[in-house]
Amino acid sequence: MRRALEFLAPAATILLLLGVWEVACRAMRVPVYLLPGPSQIIRAAAADLPVLAMSAGNTLIMALSALVIASALATSLALALGASPLLERAVKPIAIGFQVTPIVAIAPLAVIWAGLEHSERAIVGLAAIVAFFPVFSGTLTGLKSADPDLERLFDLYGARRWQRLFRLRVPAAVPYILEGHKVAAGQALIGGVVAEFVARTGQSQGLAWRILEASHNLETPRLFAALFTLAVMGGLLFAVLQGLEAVALRWWRGR
Amino acid sequence: MGSEPPVIAQLREVSVDYRGRRAVGPVSLELARNEIVALVGPSGCGKSTILRLIAGLEAPTGGEIILGAGPGETSVVFQAPTLMPWASAAANVALPLELSGVVKEVARGRANEALSRVKLPDKGHYKPAQLSGGMAMRVALARALVSNPKLFLMDEPFAALDEITRRALADDVLTLWTASGPSIVFVTHNVEEAVYMAGRVLVMTPAPGRLSGSVTVDAPIPRPADFRTSEVFRRSVEAVSRLLDAGQDAAA
Repeated sequence: MRRALEFLAPAATILLLLGVWEVACRAMRVPVYLLPGPSQIIRAAAADLPVLAMSAGNTLIMALSALVIASALATSLALALGASPLLERAVKPIAIGFQVTPIVAIAPLAVIWAGLEHSERAIVGLAAIVAFFPVFSGTLTGLKSADPDLERLFDLYGARRWQRLFRLRVPAAVPYILEGHKVAAGQALIGGVVAEFVARTGQSQGLAWRILEASHNLETPRLFAALFTLAVMGGLLFAVLQGLEAVALRWWRGR
Repeated sequence: MGSEPPVIAQLREVSVDYRGRRAVGPVSLELARNEIVALVGPSGCGKSTILRLIAGLEAPTGGEIILGAGPGETSVVFQAPTLMPWASAAANVALPLELSGVVKEVARGRANEALSRVKLPDKGHYKPAQLSGGMAMRVALARALVSNPKLFLMDEPFAALDEITRRALADDVLTLWTASGPSIVFVTHNVEEAVYMAGRVLVMTPAPGRLSGSVTVDAPIPRPADFRTSEVFRRSVEAVSRLLDAGQDAAA
């Protein structure tokens, strides 16, 4: 009963808000180009469904590609840095520099370097930069999170450096690495969309391009349809990763 | 055989300073082979520091430590079980062996034997979160004993457990000691536990901790069933308590 309520409460709130929105738009005769009602957005989404689905697929593929690249680079670099404190001191400022530099500032350069005919590469690259830091930071923090008494036991048993890394620090870091990936997935999606906005080539055919296209033509219902598709996709991606994290943690802890 | 020195650890005028302030010492003590020694003292007096010094996990600021146990011959049990949460009980117990290069299958076999010795014969595949506090501590004991250490150190090992489990584990440790006979040093703030388990109880002063005296407990190990109500037990507890009180008064 409680679980059903927990599910129904947010669903009812959303339905209520949509209802108020629809009634307000009709009652106040708000122009469609300014703020369409939910029913007009749903009609636009239904008409645009094949294009929206294709664009959502493209955006998702770009975000997931970025996540895979970011994950591989960030975990490898964090492992290398975790094994050498000197290397960590040398590299960390550069990684932080990347993190604090706004993606929109790097985007024009990335588009030039990738070549105008390959804007999707620039988008994936930029999204990977944004997704890099949560995985990198999570892994690095996790590698230092092992119980100090377990570290002492490894000292006592004369563990070699690689034994300590792979038998203690990496397994201890698993919850942090999972959390880092969960955050990074959302960041990759946001990064991909921002990069697509900046690239403005239309070659990538992602959801950001649909938003730009609808905005240029003042087709506000189509704009909202693309926006909601993006929000739903982001929510689903987060839910899937949260589910995977829960399963992995259950295995990690044994319950 | 028989050529092993009778003393397994010796501390000569050992002291430890933290940021220029004396935390422990000077302390001198000798630990005989096969002896069980308890270190008792008020909180913060440096009991755990002495244990870490004997384990080689910390270096003294002054003095000298001579050990008769080589690398891999010392085991430590901490206050918490300190198990790897991602690994099964058997994998946790096998850790010291696997780190020293013993083949995994052999190490796991010996780990399961060690788990049987601590009365957990069928829990090898359980992960730490699936075990009770007492069971997790038994797994930690099995891990400490799997490599047949010559020197076995325990830092308030039963402090977080309920009284019944504490007593059961104390008896288990003494039974295991009878079987393999390592020298044991354990830290506790529980006078009764110290007297019940140790052949010799060393009492420390408040910080900076020094030895204020020692009490020999003259009774066989494992302890007789009525040991806790015996005259020897009562007199030993009184003697340790008097030394603790004297140390507190001197510090006040």
